Amino acid sequence: MLQMIIANTLADGFVVFLTDDNSWTNDIAAGALAATDEQAEKLLAIAQKAEQSNLVIDPYLIPVELEGDVRKPTEYREYIRATGPTVPIPS
Amino acid sequence: MYRYDEFDNRLVTERVEQFRRQAERRLAGELTEDQFKPLRLMNGLYLQLHAYMLRINVPYGALSAQQMRQLAHVARTYDKGYGHFTTRQNIQYNWIQLKDVPDALADLAEVEMHGIQSSGNCIRNTTSDQYAGVAKDELEDPRVYCEIIRQWSTLHPEFSFLPRKFKIAVTGAPNDRAAVKLHDIGLRMHRNEAGEAGFEVIVGGGQGRTPFVGKTIREWLAPENLLSYLEAILRVYNFDGRRDNKYKARIKILVHQVGADEFRRRVDEEWEQIKDSALKLPQEEIERINSYFAPPDYAQLEDNTELLASQRAANGEFDAWVSANVADHKVPGYAIVNISLKSLRLPPGDMTAAQMDAVADLADEYSFGELRVNHRQNLVLADVPQGDLLALWEKLAALDLATPNIGRVSDIIACPGLDYCALANARSIPIAQEINQRYQDMDRVNDIGDVTINISGCMNACGHHHVGHIGILGVDKRGKEFYQFTLGGSSDQNASLGDRTGPGFPGDEAVDAVETILNTYLKIRNEGERFLDTYRRVGMPPFKEALYGAS
Amino acid sequence: MVLLKNGTVVEDTLADVSAAEQVPENGGILVSVAQWQEHRDALIQRSDPLGIVLRSDEKPELIADDLQYFGVIALDFPAFGDGRAYSSARLLRERFSYPGELRAVGDVLLEQLHFMNRVGFDAFAIKSDDAVRDWEIAAADISVWYQPSSDGRVPATQLRHNKN
Repeated sequence: MLQMIIANTLADGFVVFLTDDNSWTNDIAAGALAATDEQAEKLLAIAQKAEQSNLVIDPYLIPVELEGDVRKPTEYREYIRATGPTVPIPS
Repeated sequence: MYRYDEFDNRLVTERVEQFRRQAERRLAGELTEDQFKPLRLMNGLYLQLHAYMLRINVPYGALSAQQMRQLAHVARTYDKGYGHFTTRQNIQYNWIQLKDVPDALADLAEVEMHGIQSSGNCIRNTTSDQYAGVAKDELEDPRVYCEIIRQWSTLHPEFSFLPRKFKIAVTGAPNDRAAVKLHDIGLRMHRNEAGEAGFEVIVGGGQGRTPFVGKTIREWLAPENLLSYLEAILRVYNFDGRRDNKYKARIKILVHQVGADEFRRRVDEEWEQIKDSALKLPQEEIERINSYFAPPDYAQLEDNTELLASQRAANGEFDAWVSANVADHKVPGYAIVNISLKSLRLPPGDMTAAQMDAVADLADEYSFGELRVNHRQNLVLADVPQGDLLALWEKLAALDLATPNIGRVSDIIACPGLDYCALANARSIPIAQEINQRYQDMDRVNDIGDVTINISGCMNACGHHHVGHIGILGVDKRGKEFYQFTLGGSSDQNASLGDRTGPGFPGDEAVDAVETILNTYLKIRNEGERFLDTYRRVGMPPFKEALYGAS
Repeated sequence: MVLLKNGTVVEDTLADVSAAEQVPENGGILVSVAQWQEHRDALIQRSDPLGIVLRSDEKPELIADDLQYFGVIALDFPAFGDGRAYSSARLLRERFSYPGELRAVGDVLLEQLHFMNRVGFDAFAIKSDDAVRDWEIAAADISVWYQPSSDGRVPATQLRHNKN
């Protein structure tokens, strides 16, 4: 099962994903994928350090599946977090 | 409207600086999230699915044109150019950044607005009747007491760490537009046998996981005793409310568990000790605050002129709008205009910054520079001369704010739901928009008439689904969105909680279910009977059969 | 842990024996309500300073007739969100006219000192590197108060009345 780390940035509150080089990206396509539980644990440990350093809030692992190249969180709530509201932003 | 004096201004300015300091400490890592969270919540700052969300109080729904312009400014400057009006007469910004919040709050403080206690286990925004001061059926203007309660409850040192949130609503009319029976404390102004105005005190109403209609613990309370009596209730709740279980911590649970009589006894016992204290309201204080709500300079106008009648006859769309969106005003020649925020284009209750600015101008031009927000997520211009209705309608229509649907099927209450809210299990906005789409034919809408549809995306019931004539609750069933229906709810003076129809419907069948319910009503209603009245007459069986087939 | 009282750091002269098996015969002590009820006569006889600590579920009525014996009443906050002691403090000051030290103990956040002081607390057991500075910030944070209470601060309504 594939997993990724999702969190909110402290300063701006936006959704971010942990990347392979221990930084954070708003783009799920650029986030790190954990293929094993061991990899997932490692990512979580890095994320929790970032939380303690006051970079992000409430990081946790989410299951993700691949549709071709596209990463799709399997839980609908996390999918909405990754892609935004399903209704257009008023303008 | 109430105007801040030097004391009110100083409080909000200091509060902004206090929060600025707290936010800076958090960003610098001097405060942990656990330490910061209660502090930011008590200024109305949540963390939601996509971003922080800032909730700003609109005290008892009263808004000036200047304040509306500043709300637009905040939306444009610090957010994505729009805001959302809520079921508690507040406004929410969905995309605000923590580092910008102190500046946004400072800008709002300039126009006497803030987010103090819009979240947290404290006394929240006191809400009221959106027609206060102008309704034909009004006995007493509730706004003066809302303002008195607002001040008393702001930064109350004893009641800032209650077992849970606390919501108070006040109405001054026999037709309750403020849902006072569904609040922790509801206050209904009326006259006793001696003809004196006072409050019926109703406690323990609420929705959420365990909905209750409130119980009357006092039939009539003199205004001078308002604050001491409220303080007695809050003190009993603070001591005796449950703190072991978040879902059983509201006052409604306490009142239900000990019973209304015992609860009343505890309150009265406490009140005996404090009713002659400094909390007694001097008449001069009531009058001082009341002077802020003096009626505006109404002109002497003719009521229901031939001109208006001919304008309505000449323009079917204008006529439909007047029928649905315009209510009777107590002053001849004036009208109460409801601005529908339920067009097809935007989620229910949402407004763009451009619309906000435009409506502020309309308030200045047509309604003495004031507006109201109501708990059905619409706005009100309360003092419009009937002679200006046509011109106003044209301008509202150009802004997409003239959908003639107030109180009708497409005037839907919807919480932000799973599109925005971290608590949600299912989406509510798309269901609302689909229903709106299905009922675009105004002849159909008018034929159905008065019906309220309330949609919540989770059991917390911010969409007030328990008290919708048709209530819809979104749930998560094995990873898919399902929608459960209730019928027969009402939030007015004959408050009732809706009855469940049966199993829920998947998202792609939910709107069909709405149509089935309404078609059933149309088939079996008596002449002139509203949906709610038909339901109360026939009960669930015909609707159940229509939805699920004969059993 | 420091004891902040009236804007300065003071020494805590009471030993907290509320959870102890035995109540010592000598020395300044802080006892529990249960200990007070069990050893009341003996504790009254003692000449050393005596204080009592109330749990958040213990209402002030439990000790209202005996306030004269306590130089310190400590009110416990098991979690900072448990706000019952704010009501207890107000009652002790306003209804029972307690004149001694009213101390906040337990999970006391610096950000709560202002509210606590408003309801009658004058001493706080807190974690702080610079308690005096923290107190000055807390005391000065908000200088307008809408509600009357016994802290001596004049509420806005009264100030408005005085102006007119």
